[in-house]
Amino acid sequence: MIIIGERINGMFRDIAKAIREKDPTAVQEWARKQEAMGSGYLDINVGPAVSDRVSAMRWLCEVAQEASKLPLCLDSTDYDAIEAGLEVCKQPAMINSVPAVQEKMDRVFQMASKYNAEVIGLAMNEEGIPKDAESRVALAMELVANCDAHGIPISNLYIDPLVLPCNVGQDHGPEVMETLRQIKLLSDPPPKTVVGLSNISQGTKDRDLINRIFAVMAMANGLDAAIADGCDEELIAAVATARIILNMDIYCDSYVDVFKNQNL
Amino acid sequence: MAVEIMKEKYRSQVREVVLGATKDEGGTRSTTIKVGGESTLPFLHFEGAVPNRPVVAMEVWDVFPEEWPQNLKDAFGDVLNDPAAWAKKCVDEFGADLIALRFKGADPDVNDASAEDCIAVLKNVLEAVGVPLIVYGCGKLEKDNAIIGPIGEAAEGENLLLGVAEQENYKSVASAAMAYKHSVIAQSPIDINIAKQLNILISEMSTPLLDRIVIDPTIAALGYGIEYSYSIMERARFGALNGDRMLGMPMIGNVGHEVWSKKETFIPVDEEPGWGDQAERSLAWESVTAMALLQAGMNILVMRHPQAVKLIKQNIDELMQDNSY
Repeated sequence: MIIIGERINGMFRDIAKAIREKDPTAVQEWARKQEAMGSGYLDINVGPAVSDRVSAMRWLCEVAQEASKLPLCLDSTDYDAIEAGLEVCKQPAMINSVPAVQEKMDRVFQMASKYNAEVIGLAMNEEGIPKDAESRVALAMELVANCDAHGIPISNLYIDPLVLPCNVGQDHGPEVMETLRQIKLLSDPPPKTVVGLSNISQGTKDRDLINRIFAVMAMANGLDAAIADGCDEELIAAVATARIILNMDIYCDSYVDVFKNQNL
Repeated sequence: MAVEIMKEKYRSQVREVVLGATKDEGGTRSTTIKVGGESTLPFLHFEGAVPNRPVVAMEVWDVFPEEWPQNLKDAFGDVLNDPAAWAKKCVDEFGADLIALRFKGADPDVNDASAEDCIAVLKNVLEAVGVPLIVYGCGKLEKDNAIIGPIGEAAEGENLLLGVAEQENYKSVASAAMAYKHSVIAQSPIDINIAKQLNILISEMSTPLLDRIVIDPTIAALGYGIEYSYSIMERARFGALNGDRMLGMPMIGNVGHEVWSKKETFIPVDEEPGWGDQAERSLAWESVTAMALLQAGMNILVMRHPQAVKLIKQNIDELMQDNSY
């Protein structure tokens, strides 16, 4: 599973302050730290801190890339901000995200094609998040079809089945697992899958435990990537171990260190 | 309808390792050798790059190889008492790409040769040939640990390929390589997990050594479990091509050493009439073992019989012909 490090987000106070004061220190520290712990992408989200999201996104992308060689995952509902980020990305980035809503898909897949970007597609539409696996998969198929229509390789599409907190939508858990499995049958090659990991534990008491158990269960069901806390040692160790058990990496005694040091 | 050929695309490649150093690079070799760098499985030129040929090293000992079968000794004529002349003959007449110098004489049960004795032999061989050198100790850990440092120091800058680092005994060899700019053979007992772990241990001593490690997965001779070696090597290659940085090193195999101790190479035909002529049989045994290992991705073959070397070099020529389309 690829970890998309979630820490560069204007929802965090230090990042909000960094954006406001144009001081890259905190952003670059987190960029370096997440890279050193084995994250594969850096999520970049300007958050609610500023009104000019376009220039904030551009600035965050620029300073993050000065500190890290990881590709970026541009996280915003403001597509102008995402496009501003794409313009300054030094390597193909990931767009986070687009729902299965036609005019949004038109805009996002067009951008993805222009900038050779990957796309996170959400299994939801105007009506919200479906309750069962079948409806999620149907929306995933719409995303696959639109992606293909723009000539984008399906392997550049990451479907997010959308996870609800386990204390609120407990019945969604098995549906998400089922969706992860079925998405792999949609096309050949199939799309990839991603989740926002910490959604599962919103409002619960032992969030880290729930996050990492969900991560390994989802991996066993084919999950490819997660937007997650890339500095959670226990999560990293759990993911590294799941990769061994799923025969994705060759075992050696120091396998956790190898996973962490993959960016070195 | 045209047939569509499926091609695998891998995300990574085998590391490239340079052996030997020329005068400009701090050594005295007339040529250096590059191994590794493949971005596909062995010889699938149509699928990826195979930028460097596999190479053949010929074994030279510091003592007369009494235990070798007569037909193997006969192939070398009268040079087996003189490591420098022996090495020169291997390069000039038999086309060895490198020399693998084995300090058998350092064995306390053979001559108990000192580090100084070994260094004298090493210097003679370095002077006699311009190709890069592989250096093996006698195989007894304690003695090898005592001589490897001085040997490394005496040849500082030559970028020898020093053998062998093992999981329980890697520090002396890795230190010598680190301090005096040599490369390391990391040997594991037909065990992919240990192969990977050993590379990690060595790289923890010095990260730049990652680009100076050659894996010895421990090969077996034909008939003695070569299929295990094959599958370990294949797994390591898939790992390397899929981005496992800790398994992405070129590989070396001690073909001659394994083959020529097996009964099929030395039992005379009158003892086993069904096995055929011993001289012919032993050559075939070494050649076929080497051929199988080439197919598994071996980059450096350490061999003994000049005729087998000749056959394998022809085989490599054929395998390196571009088959892309």
